[in-house]
Amino acid sequence: MPRGRVTVTADQVERAAKMMGGRCVVKAQIYAGGRGKAGGVQIAHHPEQAHEIAKELFGKRMVTHQTGPEGLKVRRILVEETVEVGREFYLSITLDRQSSRYCLIASAEGGVNIEEVAATTPEKIHTLTIDPYTGLRSYEARQIVLKLGLTGGIAEDCVQLILNLYRCCLEKDCSLVEINPLVVTKAGWLLALDAKINFDDNAIFRHWEYHEMQDYSQMDPLEISAGKFDLSYIKLDGNIGCMVNGAGLAMATLDVLKESGGDPANFLDVGGGATREKVAEAFKIILQDKDVEAVFVNIFGGIMRCDVIAQGIIEAASEVSCQLPIVVRMDGSQVEEGKALLTESPLNVQCADFLGEGAKLIVAMMKREEP
Amino acid sequence: MSILVNAQSKIIVQGMTGKTGMFHTRECRDYGTNIVAGVTPGKGGIHVDGIPVFDTMEEAVRITGGNVSMIFVPPPGAADAILEACDAGVDLVVCITEGVPVRDMVMARQVVADSKTKLIGPNCPGLITPGECKIGIMPGYIHKPGKIGVVSRSGTLTYEAVKQLTDVGLGQSTCVGIGGDPIIGLKFIDVLKLFNDDPETEGVLMIGEIGGSAEEEAAAWVKENMTKPVAAFIAGVTAPPGKRMGHAGAIISGGKGRAEDKIAALTECGVTVSTSPTAMGQAMLKALGRES
Repeated sequence: MPRGRVTVTADQVERAAKMMGGRCVVKAQIYAGGRGKAGGVQIAHHPEQAHEIAKELFGKRMVTHQTGPEGLKVRRILVEETVEVGREFYLSITLDRQSSRYCLIASAEGGVNIEEVAATTPEKIHTLTIDPYTGLRSYEARQIVLKLGLTGGIAEDCVQLILNLYRCCLEKDCSLVEINPLVVTKAGWLLALDAKINFDDNAIFRHWEYHEMQDYSQMDPLEISAGKFDLSYIKLDGNIGCMVNGAGLAMATLDVLKESGGDPANFLDVGGGATREKVAEAFKIILQDKDVEAVFVNIFGGIMRCDVIAQGIIEAASEVSCQLPIVVRMDGSQVEEGKALLTESPLNVQCADFLGEGAKLIVAMMKREEP
Repeated sequence: MSILVNAQSKIIVQGMTGKTGMFHTRECRDYGTNIVAGVTPGKGGIHVDGIPVFDTMEEAVRITGGNVSMIFVPPPGAADAILEACDAGVDLVVCITEGVPVRDMVMARQVVADSKTKLIGPNCPGLITPGECKIGIMPGYIHKPGKIGVVSRSGTLTYEAVKQLTDVGLGQSTCVGIGGDPIIGLKFIDVLKLFNDDPETEGVLMIGEIGGSAEEEAAAWVKENMTKPVAAFIAGVTAPPGKRMGHAGAIISGGKGRAEDKIAALTECGVTVSTSPTAMGQAMLKALGRES
C-alpha cells in the first residue's frame, strides 16, 4: 500500500500533502465506485494545489454511475503519495451466486475501466470459483497470476496477496474484496492503490467493530432511523409513502403504484410478520419525509391480526396528527375488525381489498386533494 | 400428488421451543402437518404440547423416524442446524431463518449438495402442499388443493400470488418459497424439474425479483425441457439500481439483475409473463389457455 492519510479539512489535506513530499493524490472517500471518472481522484503537484482541490471536493455531492442522481457528500479525503505506475491490474474476490461459491476475478486490464473490459472483452477477465472444502490453494492463485503476465518474484508476491485477500474475505465476512487498481510500479513493486470492501450485513453480529467504522453521513438519515427499528427503508423520488410487509411484495407494490400513475416516495419493508410496534415506527418514518403527500399501506398478513395492525397505524398517525390521504389494504385474520377500526378513526383513510384497487384508490385520493 | 412433501411427511422442528418456533409449530400442526419432534440442545426429554423434544437431530430421527426438518434456529446457529439435519439423514431441510451469514451458507450448501438431503432456504417462507402438509410460516387459508405448482424467491408476494390463483379458481399442487438470499438450497430450476416430473402438476407459476441471474437460467431451462405451461412475474421493474431492496439478493449491480432483462429472457423462452403484480392469476390462466 502507498503511504496515505485520511483528512476531514482542506488544511489537513495541505499538511498531509507536505508529508508526502508535495506531489500527492487527493481521493474523495464516498461509499461508491466510479470516483475517478467523476473527478473524485486528482493528482496535486504541490500542497497548495492539494488544498485547492480539497476545498472544492469537501461538502460537494459527488455523482458517479454507482451513486444515483442525488450523489453522496464528500466528508473525508485520503491524501496519498504518488507512484510511478508501470502496469495496472484488477483483483477481487466476490460471491458468485450461480455456483454458490466465492469467486476470484482477475484482469490484466483494469483500473477505472474494469466495467468496460467486462462488457466488451470478457475473455480478458480470468475467474476461478473457490472450493469451500479446500479453500483457495496457492497453485490456483499462481495459475491466475501467470495468466496476468506476471513473472518471478512479483508473481509470488501476488500469489501471497491473493491468498491473504481470500483469508480477509472469510475472516471479515465480506461479500466483496476488491483491489483496483493493483499496480506494478516502474521501480518494480507490487502496490494496491485502491480497495473496496463490502461486508455481509448478515454477519454483523460477529463484527461489532463495523458499527464504529460506519460513516453515517454517507447514508440517508431516514434510512438510518429505519435501520434502528430493523426496517428496510429506501428513499425514492416520488410522493406516495409506502409501507409493505415483505421485500418482494414491497417491490411489487411500487411497481403497481407506478402502473396506476402514482409515484412512490420510498421502499419500506416492515418484515414478513409485521408487528404493531414496527408498523407504528414505520408510519412515523414515512411521514418524516417532506415529499410524502399520501400513504399506501399494503399488509398481507395471513397469520397476524389485521385489527392489531390497524391500531398501530391509527396510533402512529394520530401521534403526529397526520391529515394526509391514506389507503390501507390488509389481508389476514380479523380483516373486518381492522377495517372498522380504521374507518371509524378520525384519519383520512380508505380501505381496499385488492392490491390493484388500493393503488388506484390512493392515486385518485391524491388527485382530489389537489387544489 | 405433489412435490417434496405430502400427508406422509414427518416433521422435526429445530429451534421449536423458541417463541417464533413454537408459534409456527402450532400453526403448522393445526393445519394438519404431522410434527413428530422438536430439537433444542439442552431441552431434551421434555414435551411441549405433547411433542417430544430432543437434544440432537440424530436422536430425534432415530426415535421418531422424522424425514423432514423445519429450522427456526437464530442466525448464528442456523447453518450448524442445517448441517446437523443433513448429517442425521433427513430427506428435506427447510430453513426459515432470516439473516444467516453468507460465509456459513457457502459451506453448508456445499455439504448439502454432496448429500442426499435437499435444502430449501434460508430466509424463506417454507413450502406447502395444500390440504396435506404445511412446513413454514405462510397463512394456510389462502391455499387450495389443485394442480398449479408455485415457486418463488419471495414470501408475502407469494401469498399475494397464491391468493390470486385461488381467486381465479386455480388450486395448487405444492407452493415452494426458495428464499431471497444470494446462497440458497434448491433454485428455480431444481423446483421446476420436480414440477415437470410430477404427474399431478399441470402448470407452474414462478415469482422472481431483481438481482442475480437465476430467472434467466430458469428461462433457458424451461425452453429446453419444460413440458408444462409456465407463467411468471418479476418484482422490481421500478427498483432503482445499486440499492438493496430488502432481500440480500435483491440488488441491481453493474447493470445486471434488472427486471426488464429477466422479463425479456422469460418471454423469449415461451413463458407467459404478467407485467402487473395484480394479474398473476390471470397470467397463469392465459398460460394454461383458459383465459376468460
